[in-house]
Amino acid sequence: MTRPGDILLSVKDISLRFGGVRALTDVSFDIHEGEIFAIIGPNGAGKSSMLNCINGFYHPQEGTITFKGAQRRQMRPHEAAAQGISRTFQNIALFKGMTTLENVMTGRMLKMRASLAEQALYIGRGRREEIEHREKVEEVIDFLEIQSIRKTPVGRLPYGLQKRVELARALAAEPELLLLDEPMAGMNVEEKEDMCRFVLSTNHELGTTIALIEHDMGVVMDLSDRVVVLDYGKKLAEGTPDEVRGNQDVIDAYLGVSHD
Amino acid sequence: MAGALPDVAQHDTFPKLLRYNAEHRASLAAVREKDLGIWQTWNWADFRDAVRKLAGGMKALGLKRGEKVAIVGDNRPRLYFAMSAAQSLGAVPVPVYQDAVADEMRFVLDHAEAAFIVAEDQEQVDKVLSQKEHLPALRTIIYDDSRGMRDYSEPFLHAYDDVVGMGGEGGWDEEVDLGKGSDTAIILYTSGTTGTPKGVVLSYDNLVLCAKIGADFEHLREDEVVLAYLPMAWVGDNVLSYCQAHLVGFSFACPESPETVPHDLRELGPTYFFAPPRVFENLLTQVTIRMEDAAPIKRRLFRFFMNVAERAGADILEGRKVGLADRLLYRIGEFLVYGPLKNVLGLSRLRVGYTAGEAIGPEIFRFFRALGINLKQLYGQTEASVFVTIQTNDDVRADSVGPPAPGVELRITEEGEVLYRSPGVFQEYYKNSEATAETKTGDGWVHTGDAGVIDGDGHLRIIDRAKDVGRLADGTLFAPKYLENKLKFYPNIREAVTFGHERDFVTAMINIDMEAVGNWAERRNIPYSSYQELAARPEVLDIVEGHVSEFNESLADDPQFAGSQIRRFIVLHKMLDADDGELTRTQKVRRRFIFERYAPAIDALYGGEGNIVLETPVTFEDGRSGTITGDLAIRDARVSEAGGERTAA
Repeated sequence: MTRPGDILLSVKDISLRFGGVRALTDVSFDIHEGEIFAIIGPNGAGKSSMLNCINGFYHPQEGTITFKGAQRRQMRPHEAAAQGISRTFQNIALFKGMTTLENVMTGRMLKMRASLAEQALYIGRGRREEIEHREKVEEVIDFLEIQSIRKTPVGRLPYGLQKRVELARALAAEPELLLLDEPMAGMNVEEKEDMCRFVLSTNHELGTTIALIEHDMGVVMDLSDRVVVLDYGKKLAEGTPDEVRGNQDVIDAYLGVSHD
Repeated sequence: MAGALPDVAQHDTFPKLLRYNAEHRASLAAVREKDLGIWQTWNWADFRDAVRKLAGGMKALGLKRGEKVAIVGDNRPRLYFAMSAAQSLGAVPVPVYQDAVADEMRFVLDHAEAAFIVAEDQEQVDKVLSQKEHLPALRTIIYDDSRGMRDYSEPFLHAYDDVVGMGGEGGWDEEVDLGKGSDTAIILYTSGTTGTPKGVVLSYDNLVLCAKIGADFEHLREDEVVLAYLPMAWVGDNVLSYCQAHLVGFSFACPESPETVPHDLRELGPTYFFAPPRVFENLLTQVTIRMEDAAPIKRRLFRFFMNVAERAGADILEGRKVGLADRLLYRIGEFLVYGPLKNVLGLSRLRVGYTAGEAIGPEIFRFFRALGINLKQLYGQTEASVFVTIQTNDDVRADSVGPPAPGVELRITEEGEVLYRSPGVFQEYYKNSEATAETKTGDGWVHTGDAGVIDGDGHLRIIDRAKDVGRLADGTLFAPKYLENKLKFYPNIREAVTFGHERDFVTAMINIDMEAVGNWAERRNIPYSSYQELAARPEVLDIVEGHVSEFNESLADDPQFAGSQIRRFIVLHKMLDADDGELTRTQKVRRRFIFERYAPAIDALYGGEGNIVLETPVTFEDGRSGTITGDLAIRDARVSEAGGERTAA
C-alpha cells in the first residue's frame, strides 16, 4: 500500500566507513511524504548509522542525501533539526532531573528567538514566546496523553513513559520527518500497543512522515507502509511489508543459511 | 455572599434553573475544565448559550420529547451540556458508565431504547458501533472529541461542533416552558452487583427537592468549588455536581484526565467534596509513606502534633470544650503540620466532605477529622436521589451514618432491614415493574436491602446486607459482616468468619495477618517458618484471644450486639484464599462455601472439644493442588457483661 506522496527524503549511494569498518555501502532509498517507513535488519546491519547519517550526526564519505529538494553531503544535527527532522534515541536521552514539561519545552529551543536577557527577565519577546511555545507544548502533551506527569521529573517515570516523553519532545519541534530509533525496545505488550497508537496517530492526525527502526517484526509489519532491509551495511530489499516478508534474501539474513 | 435560592416551585426543572441562573447569576462561574494546562471557565450565561445551541442542533437532527439520550464518557463540560440540552427538549438523558465494556454497554443502551448517543471520543464511539446492530432504537451518534474520527463515514455520526451549527437558537425557551416537575429528569442504571442493571427513573421533583434539602442542610453557597470526577452515571455526581450547582449557582470543575485528579484537586481546593472510602484510605497511605521517608525531626514533629490532633482535633471541629493547653498546641500544630498537610492533599478549603458507599475504617475517618477536615458519612441510594441519612456537623461518629436527612422517614423491619420514605424516592425501575413492586411498597417505602439498627440518639448504623443477617437461637440479631469488620480493625487479624445463625452463641474462624504478627514474632525472637507454624504458636493464640476478649467487651455495652460476643474461636492453619474458592476475587468471604468445607471445624467449635484436626484442600501458586493438615487448638474467649462485669464462658 504505497502512498503516492512526493519524495521527501532521498538517500543515494551512501557509504560510511569508520577506519576500515564499512558501516554502510552504497545504500539508496526514498522516503515519501506522509508514509511510515521502516528500516530493519539484524544487529549491526547499519540501521542506527543510517539514521545518524540522515539527521547529520555522521557524515558519509560518499553519496548524497536530498531533503525537501535540497541536496547535501554534510549537515550538522541542529541544522537538520531546523530544517524539520527530529528524532528519538535507542537509549533514552532526556534530562532526567527536569520535568516532563521542561523536557518537552526543550524541543522548542530552536524556534526561540528571544535574547538571553529577555528570556531571563520574562519581558518583551521572551514573555510572548514562552506563552506561544507553552501552548504548542501543551497541545503535544494533550496529544500524547501525558497530562498527569507534566510536573514529574523524568527520572522518576517508568521506561515506557520516558519513551513517550521523548516522542513528545521530538513532536514539539513540529518536524516534517520524524526518526524513531527502536521506539518499542524494552516495552511490555501494553506499552507497545500504546506507542503504536501514538505513532499511527502522529502519522494520521499530524501528517508527519516517519522513519523508524524496530526489531519487533509484528510492529513493523503492522505499522509500516514500506520497509527497507539492511544487512552488513548493504541494502538487501525494499518494498511493502508483504513483499519484504516473502524475499528469500531477507529470510536468509534473519534465519541464517547453511553453507554446505 | 449567600444568595437566596431560586423558588423551586417556579423553576422546577434544571433547564428552568439554568435559565434563571443565566439571568440572575450570569457572570458567576458554572463549569470549569482544565484544557491544555489551563483552567477554562464557562459562566452561567455561557452554559445556557452552549446548551441552547446544542439543543437546536439535536432538535434539527430529530430528537423528540420523551426519547432517551445516552451519554457516554468521562466528566466533560460538553457532556453535561448534552445532558442539559436533552432535558431542555424534554428528552431523558441516560448517562452510562464510561468504563463498561461494549457488551455491558449494550444492555443499558438497548434496554433504555436510546435514540441518541453522545459519546466522548473515538473509543466510546467504537464500542457503540460494535453493538449497533443490537440497538434498533439508535438513530444518531454525536461525538465530542473528533480525534481519530476522520475516516468514519457513517451517515448517523456527527461531530459535536457540527451539531451546534445545525439548528437555530430560537424555540429553546418554549421547549423549556413545556417541562414540568413531574417529568422524568434522568434514568440512572444501578451498577448491579446482583443480576442485570436496573434503570432508576428519577423525576425533576425528586432531584430538585433532594438537591435543595442537601443544600439547605449544609448551607451551600454560590462560591462552593466542586470537582466532578466520579462517573456521570452515578447518582452522587449527578446530584452533588450537576443538580446542586444548578440550584445553588456554584461551579463544578471537570478534571483534565482521570489520572490528573490528585493534581486538579490540589489546584482547585474544593470546598464541597465527595469520595468513597478508598480515596481517603489512599490519601492516608500516601501521607504515612511520605512521613516514613521524612527526616527524623519532621517525623517527631508529625507524631507529636498528630497526637495532639487525635486528642483535641475532633472536639474543636465539633465545637466542644477543649482545655486551653490543647487549644494552643492545636493552633501551633495547624501552623506547622495540619495546614501544610491539608494544602498538599487539596483539602485546605474543604467545608463539607462526604464519604459513603461502604464502611470507612474508624482510624482513617478519625485521622481526617482530627486534622480539622469536616469529613462526614452519609448513607444514600440511587433510589433515594442520594440522601437517606447525613451526619450533622456537630455530631459525627465513626460507627454510624447519622440521623435521617430532613424529609426522610426511617423504619427497621422485623428482619432488621432498613426502609425509608422521602421526597427523593424514585418513580420506578424503567420497564421492570416486578422489581419496582419488590423494592417500593404501595405507600412509598423503599427496601434498601441493607440491615441496620437505629441507636438511642436516632443515628442509623448499617451492619450488613439484609440477606446475610441471621438470628441466634434465642432470637437476637446476628450480623456476621458487622462482627467480622469490627474484628478486622485489629491489625493482627486479617480475615474472620463468624457463625451463629440458629446457634446458641457466636463462634469465629480467624486468619492472622502474616505481616503484622510476623513482625511481632521477629521482635520477640519467636521462630516460625510458615503461616501454619506461626498461626499455631500459643503466644499468637494468646494475642488473638486478647483481641477477641476486648472485642467482646466493646460489644457488651451495645444492647443490640451484647448477645453476639464470640465464645469460642480457632485460628486457621491456612489463609482463606480466592484460589481455593473461599474468597471472591474482590476478597469477600464466600460464606456458603466455607460452611460446607469447614463443617467439621464448625461442629468442633460448637462441640466440647479442645482441638480439631483439620484437613483442607489447597491450590498452590503453580496450579497444583494438595491438602494441608493442621491440629488446631480451640480457644475460649472471655465474655463480658454489660457494665463491665466479666464471667468466664
